[in-house]
Amino acid sequence: MCARARTGVERGRAEGVSHKKKQQEFPVSLDKDQVQQIAVLARLRLADDEFAETVDKLSRIVDFVDQLSQADTTDVVPMAHPLDVAQRLRADAVTEPNERDRFQENAPSTQDGLYLVPKVIE
Amino acid sequence: MARELHQQTLTELAAGLESGDFSSVELTEALLARVADHDGALNAFITVTGEQALAAAKAADEARAAGKGGVLNGLPLVHKDIFCTRDVLTTCGSRMLENFVSPYNATVVDKLADAGAVVLGKTNMDEFAMGSSNETSYYGPVKNPWHLDYSPGGSSGGSAAAVAARLAPAATGTDTGGSIRQPAALTGTVGLKPTYGRVSRYGMIAFASSLDQAGVITRSSADAALLLGVMAGFDERDSTSIDHPVPDYTTALSQPVDGLRIGVVKQHFDAGLDEATGKAVREALAVLEANGAKLIDVDMPNIDLSVPTYYVVAPAECSSNLSRFDGVRFGHRADEPEDLFDLYCRSRGEGFGAEVKRRVMTGTYVLSAGYYDAYYLKAQQVRHLIADDFHKAFEEVDVIAGPTSPTPAFRLGDKVDDPITMYLNDIYTVGANLAGLPGVSTPCGFVDGLPVGLHLVGPHWGEEALIRCAHNYEQLTDWHFACPEDYS
Amino acid sequence: MSGAWEVVIGLEIHAQLATKSKIFSGASTAYGAEPNTQACLVDLGYPGVLPVLNEEVVHMAAMFGLAVNATVAPRSVFARKNYFYPDLPKGYQISQYELPIVEHGELFITDDDGNEKRIGITRAHLEEDAGKSTHEGLGAFSGIDLNRAGTPLLEIVSEPDLRSAKEAVAYMRKIHSIVRYLGISDGNMQEGSFRCDANVSVRPRGQAEFGTRTELKNLNSFRFVEKAINFEIERQIDVIEDGGDVVQETRLYDANKDETRPMRSKEEANDYRYFPDPDLLPVEIDAAYIEAVRDTLPELPDAKRHRFIDDYGIRADDADILTTSRSLADFYEEVIAATAGEPQGVANFVVGELMGALNKAGLGIEDSPVSAAAVAGLLDRIKDNTISGKIAKEVFEAMWAGEGSADEIIEAKGLKQITDSSAIEAIVDKVIEANPGQVAEYKAGKDKLIGYFVGQVMKETGGKANPGQVNQILKQKLG
Repeated sequence: MCARARTGVERGRAEGVSHKKKQQEFPVSLDKDQVQQIAVLARLRLADDEFAETVDKLSRIVDFVDQLSQADTTDVVPMAHPLDVAQRLRADAVTEPNERDRFQENAPSTQDGLYLVPKVIE
Repeated sequence: MARELHQQTLTELAAGLESGDFSSVELTEALLARVADHDGALNAFITVTGEQALAAAKAADEARAAGKGGVLNGLPLVHKDIFCTRDVLTTCGSRMLENFVSPYNATVVDKLADAGAVVLGKTNMDEFAMGSSNETSYYGPVKNPWHLDYSPGGSSGGSAAAVAARLAPAATGTDTGGSIRQPAALTGTVGLKPTYGRVSRYGMIAFASSLDQAGVITRSSADAALLLGVMAGFDERDSTSIDHPVPDYTTALSQPVDGLRIGVVKQHFDAGLDEATGKAVREALAVLEANGAKLIDVDMPNIDLSVPTYYVVAPAECSSNLSRFDGVRFGHRADEPEDLFDLYCRSRGEGFGAEVKRRVMTGTYVLSAGYYDAYYLKAQQVRHLIADDFHKAFEEVDVIAGPTSPTPAFRLGDKVDDPITMYLNDIYTVGANLAGLPGVSTPCGFVDGLPVGLHLVGPHWGEEALIRCAHNYEQLTDWHFACPEDYS
Repeated sequence: MSGAWEVVIGLEIHAQLATKSKIFSGASTAYGAEPNTQACLVDLGYPGVLPVLNEEVVHMAAMFGLAVNATVAPRSVFARKNYFYPDLPKGYQISQYELPIVEHGELFITDDDGNEKRIGITRAHLEEDAGKSTHEGLGAFSGIDLNRAGTPLLEIVSEPDLRSAKEAVAYMRKIHSIVRYLGISDGNMQEGSFRCDANVSVRPRGQAEFGTRTELKNLNSFRFVEKAINFEIERQIDVIEDGGDVVQETRLYDANKDETRPMRSKEEANDYRYFPDPDLLPVEIDAAYIEAVRDTLPELPDAKRHRFIDDYGIRADDADILTTSRSLADFYEEVIAATAGEPQGVANFVVGELMGALNKAGLGIEDSPVSAAAVAGLLDRIKDNTISGKIAKEVFEAMWAGEGSADEIIEAKGLKQITDSSAIEAIVDKVIEANPGQVAEYKAGKDKLIGYFVGQVMKETGGKANPGQVNQILKQKLG
């Protein structure tokens, strides 16, 4: 059996999804502030020289992928997955034993079975 | 006049073991000796598991003596270091996992072990499989056995180099945008990426979940068929693996190429293709045509957008997949963090290399508020158009053929400064990942002493057509027997 | 609240689903285990592991959807909500975003004026719970326990239809009783299996658009929901009346101080970057599945309430109380089935005596030391005039204390009602003789004194005389 996806246009209509082609202006390139914001969101500390290089290369990447704006995607359903199949379900059964000690061998810092992190403030 | 053990294919070795010409221990010792001799120069391995390999070989010999053992009993192979292997270091090419000893086995690892395979070690790779040259590995670049100044391609570069240099007859790999097929092409080996869902992803450290697929690098399509038969199949631990019957792929080997409809995509022979590489590929197509295959021109209007599509989708998924590396439960943790935020930022900043950080940041950006529609959603729409191009093409052809990579291997260091040039290495391979299709690369010639690959893509579950076509081609030519001079 | 202001409240209720294993892994969901002993590789977000959906959570979500007259989506999709937090092992929570499993539901509550009011349920979606952080005794560190990580949650989101803290509580109680009726959640608020966030805003009465809302987090008792919302309403009105603006923010309720305060951590412009989880495929539910689930649904609180009123003829307020939980309703019906007593009398006893005693002892109906059969035995003795309602209280206390069945206690304590009219007449005569003054007054028209005589007779008999009979005989004799 072939799990071939229906065509994008067919699916768009069949499911009544409308992704109207909004000719959105593609933002071009990134500035330092944006890159800093992204780094915070992604929790990445960049060294100063690394940061400058990142601004340059990320901008080139973003400019490169901007060519997607050329494509006419009117009524095309986004394809999140290569196969058009449904989720399979597992039975509700406990199958996993306690293996805490083995799993925590990889942990940088534990105490009394807890993973330690710098104090969390709520 | 049997050739030396390291020159034999997996299929030949299986026959030799079966007829008692040599034992698995002898074979394993011979290969481990080659690894010891050559890997210093190649850097194809991150971990060599000599002791475990010899123990497994001994067990395989004993099983054989007792009339037992699976289809791969006693046959050596290597795993890309992206597959989790129980009680063995699993680094994924990253500093982040420099000390990570997996507490469990990937399904692929288990299946191959259950069939009797002997694992010689874990191979070097681009960090978290992000790269096309093996230069992003924290453990240093892998060298191409055809020329040590050249890249073997990536990300499964260590696997490809190990097979090309006859350090192992076969290797596992993973392919997210061409990471099996491109290094296979660049090292003169066979690389098979199955249909998405054909092989379990459980225990394979995720790069981009909707694109990743495990496969093999071997020296012949027959060997790839043998391994795929063992690796393929539904896994209850992977929701995206599909419960689709696993045929005996080796039966495809006996089918002639006569009558096979081969699609030739005009966009695959555009300006971006190196002239000599294009010539080698056209000659390969001519060989197939001369033997009864039909060449049919195919138009794929959206295929040119596959690289930008891929470089939105893959980073988006990876940015999320790599969030689990936070220095809390496993992996690198920065010294003396000031607070939680500092722990995260420095552990990740230190643990990940530059390319991984760039992709995580690209992915973070394309998913962020205000850009999601313009990039991520748009890319998933274009992805659908590209998949439709393939599906339409497969209404008329059985396989699509073209070059695997736009150029032969390039010099190490040549492309590291320009991410876009590097990304364009994937131009012919990423389409199959976006659509979830199987693909294979098989050697089809040389340019200036460096191998060139013929790329074949099939419809979903069309592995048999690929194996049939590639195997026939290998029978009609002898490119896949070519061995780098220093490794004969 | 202040008449010039209208309050707008929407609730997001998180109900832990009562599965054996987690939503995406085979680890146990049992409460109270040693830290991290119920966190398997999937729950820990180990490299390479993948989620596989538990079929029971889909079943439970479908049950809930049908119970609140909602659409159970033929196709729903899991998405990743990305943010870093130590109790979130993967750096993202698997949830449902654009396509939830349940949409467009409703339920009915009794509003502040005693009228039935419809509350819309926007959606209910499946997601995984996070772990827990502890801060005690770890110095500069927090400890992370991931046992709870991956426990299935159904997040139930109401429309902003609630107009007071009381309505919010009534709605929450209704949801609580529905999930417990369905058996899809134990609803245990102490253990955090049933908790709630409230979105609260105020606007000048008559204004169409909503005011700026704040989100109150983690309200884990009905009392706190009411108190936190009331505090927040007052606070927002004060801010606006003082010429300020309400800031859209997340606030925590501090039960000790009875106040809400802004959360200190994170929220630096959270950008969750939701996208479909590529490790999971769309969940597809067909009509046959939905019908099969519908066939197994138990009678729900509203239906049961209406049936109690219609079939038993009991008062609506008693029906409300008796149907708050399935076990209480079942208990009531067991008593009805076993006693000759009138349904309203049974209701009075269960709601009054029994629940009073249970509440005082902090027990649930499941833990009642007096069984339904025993209660029926007691009520039968009232019905057949063996004892009076007053004596019944004494008998019940003894039953509660484990002294035996109603009959055994009546016998042992000699509480049997005196119904022999000659015996009562003798006592009545004695009372009349002893109170000549009161008899004269009564005869002069002071009818109320009948109560005095009844009291005297009851005193003489130790409360064992049948009050109706006493009344009748007294009237005859004084007549």
